[in-house]
Amino acid sequence: MRTCAVMSSQKKVNSWARKRTSQDSSSYQTRLSAWRVKEDLNDSKSISECGQNNTVEDCEGADGQTENALQIALRYFEKGPIKTSQNKEKHLKTVENVAWKNGLAPEGIDILLSVALSGKFGSAVSTRIFKCMIPATLISEDSVVKAVSWLCAGKCSGSTKVLFYRWLVAMFDFIDHKEQINLLYGFFFASLQDDALCPYVCHLLYLLTKKENVKPFRVRKLLDLQAKMGMQPHLQALLSLYKFFVPTLISVSLPMKKKIYFKNSENLWQTALLALRSRNQGFPSEPLKLMLANVYPIKRKWNSHSIIPVLNSCNYSKESRKKRMNLSDYFSSNGSFPLEQLKSFPQLLQNIHCLELPSQMGAVLNSSLLLHYINCVRDESLLLRLYHWLSQTLQEECIWYKVNNYDHGKEFANFLDTILRAECFLQEGFYSCEAFLYKSLPLWDGLCCRSQFLQLVSWIPFSSFSEVKPLLFDHLSRLFFTSSIFFKCSVLQCLKELLQNWLLWLSMDVHVKSVRNSPLETTLGGSMNSVSELIHYVGWLSTTAVRLESNRTFLLHFILDFYEKVCDIYINYNLPLVVLFPPGVFYPVLLSLDSSILNQLCYIMDRYHKNLTAAKKNEFVHKTKSEFSFSSKTYQEFNQYLTAMVGCLWTSKPFQKGLYIDPEVLGNASVAEYKKSLNLVHHPAFLSYTVSFLLQECPEERKVNMSSIRGKKWNWIWVL
Amino acid sequence: MDSYDAPELTPRQDASSRLKDFFIGATPLQKRLESVRKQTSFIPTPPRRKIPQGSQLQEDVDPQKFAVLLHKQWTLYSLTPLYKFSYTDFKEYSKLLTAFIAAEKKKGLAVEVGDDFNIKVIFSTLMGVKGTERDPEAFLVQILSKSQLPSEHKEGKVLWTGWFCCVFGDSLLETVSEDFTCLPLFLANGAETNTAIIGTWFQKTFDCYFRPLAISSFNLSWMAAMWTACKMDHYMATTEFLWSVPCSPHSLDISYAIHPEDAKALWDNVHKTPGEVTQEEVDLFMDCLYSHFHRHFKIHLSATRLVRVSTSVASAHTDGKIKILCPKYLIGVLAYLTELAVFQIE
Repeated sequence: MRTCAVMSSQKKVNSWARKRTSQDSSSYQTRLSAWRVKEDLNDSKSISECGQNNTVEDCEGADGQTENALQIALRYFEKGPIKTSQNKEKHLKTVENVAWKNGLAPEGIDILLSVALSGKFGSAVSTRIFKCMIPATLISEDSVVKAVSWLCAGKCSGSTKVLFYRWLVAMFDFIDHKEQINLLYGFFFASLQDDALCPYVCHLLYLLTKKENVKPFRVRKLLDLQAKMGMQPHLQALLSLYKFFVPTLISVSLPMKKKIYFKNSENLWQTALLALRSRNQGFPSEPLKLMLANVYPIKRKWNSHSIIPVLNSCNYSKESRKKRMNLSDYFSSNGSFPLEQLKSFPQLLQNIHCLELPSQMGAVLNSSLLLHYINCVRDESLLLRLYHWLSQTLQEECIWYKVNNYDHGKEFANFLDTILRAECFLQEGFYSCEAFLYKSLPLWDGLCCRSQFLQLVSWIPFSSFSEVKPLLFDHLSRLFFTSSIFFKCSVLQCLKELLQNWLLWLSMDVHVKSVRNSPLETTLGGSMNSVSELIHYVGWLSTTAVRLESNRTFLLHFILDFYEKVCDIYINYNLPLVVLFPPGVFYPVLLSLDSSILNQLCYIMDRYHKNLTAAKKNEFVHKTKSEFSFSSKTYQEFNQYLTAMVGCLWTSKPFQKGLYIDPEVLGNASVAEYKKSLNLVHHPAFLSYTVSFLLQECPEERKVNMSSIRGKKWNWIWVL
Repeated sequence: MDSYDAPELTPRQDASSRLKDFFIGATPLQKRLESVRKQTSFIPTPPRRKIPQGSQLQEDVDPQKFAVLLHKQWTLYSLTPLYKFSYTDFKEYSKLLTAFIAAEKKKGLAVEVGDDFNIKVIFSTLMGVKGTERDPEAFLVQILSKSQLPSEHKEGKVLWTGWFCCVFGDSLLETVSEDFTCLPLFLANGAETNTAIIGTWFQKTFDCYFRPLAISSFNLSWMAAMWTACKMDHYMATTEFLWSVPCSPHSLDISYAIHPEDAKALWDNVHKTPGEVTQEEVDLFMDCLYSHFHRHFKIHLSATRLVRVSTSVASAHTDGKIKILCPKYLIGVLAYLTELAVFQIE
């Protein structure tokens, strides 16, 4: 059912947490009498479950009978042996039937446990009792404590003891509390000396051990046992757990291959428990698979087992500071919360002040909870540790740094993916990634891990564009111009994301920041400058790309996607910035042969219009002498574009202003009648729509007369 | 006019606003990034460096300890700052590291910390191996084998040696907080497996990162020039260069040995600025060697790759191996290596 491994603490926490939730649903009585009188929650529950399970017997009638029989049987066992063996057999059968079908209530288990361990009926009966001791819901901790005291009485045989430990291990997750049992740690530990019990006791201790249980004398004892018995998997498991809790006492190096310490096959109650789990809501019906948590892949190099280190709390430095204290004081440090137990967000919130940080900060990349922590913590040394680790690892792993290292390409891509996931989660880029880009972008071929690499670019933290440009964007534009259209499009896409990240970051920051008493650049104006420089850079890239790729629709789409972000900065992000597209983008788009492009252009123009109007209105209302009032040049430019557009598409008077075309040139090209040829009806992008419209209107007509639909223009708008 | 005149209002601790911090470059992280930007945007190495001067070692130096550092081949690594490293905990470290090594060697068998093993790890400081007062103290780690015979009580054979140092590491020191100890240069001598084990332990314990430090041909020619420029009382070895010609199946190596005094004479002709070496001088020095070689063998060495330089001061291989011969210039050699290591970790 479950494979146990080094990280037992995890599992324990899991089961404890689950226990807490399941507790309230099953408020059982500890006293048998009370249980007998009332058909309480447990029983009514088992009835309904019986119905659910569709067992063969007719539940309603038979249940009361079996309940009675069970109680009689239990009372019989409780009282002690009576000579007639026939009865015993009958009662035992009753118990077995009920147990295997529905499980036993905590009280029943309490009785049977005492019976089995008192050895009153002999070890054969004890064995049978153990095999059928399956809880319906939970096992009371008190029963277990009582059982342990029976062990001390020494009334049962060795095989029964073994069976008891096996049962305890199998049922460990169903015990309601473990505090009392943990107090018996010393007793269990002493039982290790029994060779027959040793593996099972080890397993139990493995499940039970807490940090404060790890004591130097126990370590010594275990090492003695190891010396006596050799490298036994169960001892290895317990020792590695001890080391995990207190590395200053013990050192063990686990073999690289993953290893299962405790075999599943030894669990006699496997099928019953599976059924039980599915019956008890909240327990996953699937067997819990917990492998060795630090399963290392094959060791690639000595630096690390896998790229990202395993999450271990920082044990050493903590303890070294207190090391002048008494040994026992030093291990029972309750002050801090071990990372390994951190499983949920509420836990994080409760323990955020006393969290033990990982010994290797890189491990946080794999833990979303710790990323939360990183996000709010102001501890610079923590960030610096992450910075150093990440920048070194990136450079070490970067495949185009080294020749013949392309085997690790997949691994590097995965590593980048992990980083990107973390950045996306934090909504913030890492500085080490930026530094890595400075170094690696000039050497990049534009192919290797392209999507990951470009995403890294889009997560560059906000900074002054002019400062970053020579380090990054100049190299990027070189690649951009010399690569395929697909590369160009992905670069545009990544720059769009970069712009979006910057805008989000700034728009959040603007509201928080009220006082600007810092140097020039920290002003909003400075940041807006940086953003507008980025937009102009993309405008420049786009203009050139449009020419290089001769107005490919595919490319135009990506360019317009970028401007869809740009045109809405004022309204969407509440940032005082409106930057228009350059003419090198606007005119090719206006004259594009694709209707969807033109449609997108209309949308963008509309948004520009709304943003500019909003800006103007705001200015008017506040009458501020704001430093961010847009220059009239922006408005003029926009109006010019608008006139050109309206002139083209609407009034059939294209290019009256701005762009001048010599009539002679047009004459030479025999398009003297050019004025109408770009309007809504005749625009090459819309030609197919016009034709299909005409065919719909008057399908019988052979010759298509386009000018005939002049009056119906209005319909056209809605068609679009 | 402005509502600035409320002095109790300190808007500096604006938790979620890192913008200002960013532009001022106030936090160590920003400083880090700033320095990376500077490094990347300018020529990677400064165009001029000081010629290593005679012994800059301080008075309280144990010459015996230094003997350990000389005449051995060291493999170079760069190392990011050590987190929460303490010079006062050496005893504890050696106990833990001993147990760690023992456990690694007996895979799967647990060992007790502080147990008696047949090896012993010793941590000790290397007093005086530093450039400025700000540089943290260098330290040495040695693995000794304990002899099995009870009669021999003397310390056993040295199995492995490694040391950590920082000589003129100012640029790095400025960018970290006091939780860190900056010893960017790590040198190891001994079995690679031991280096791996010890490196892993350091990485786990102090959250640092080791990376092999290779020396490029460009930097090797700098070394050649700087070391040739050193004044020597007597030369212990010839000055030798090794170039590698990439061709299959085996690369072809060209070795070029010069009498050290001739090399010095050549350098003195090339050298103009007193006390310093400039990029032009390095280029000229190497060009002279190339043209001399071409005159005799009609081979353009400039088209090949310089892989090793050995002089009386030290010898270095492009793989990141170094052997220091002259105690007088130890600090000078380390200063340049520290610079390379710092460059690598930025």
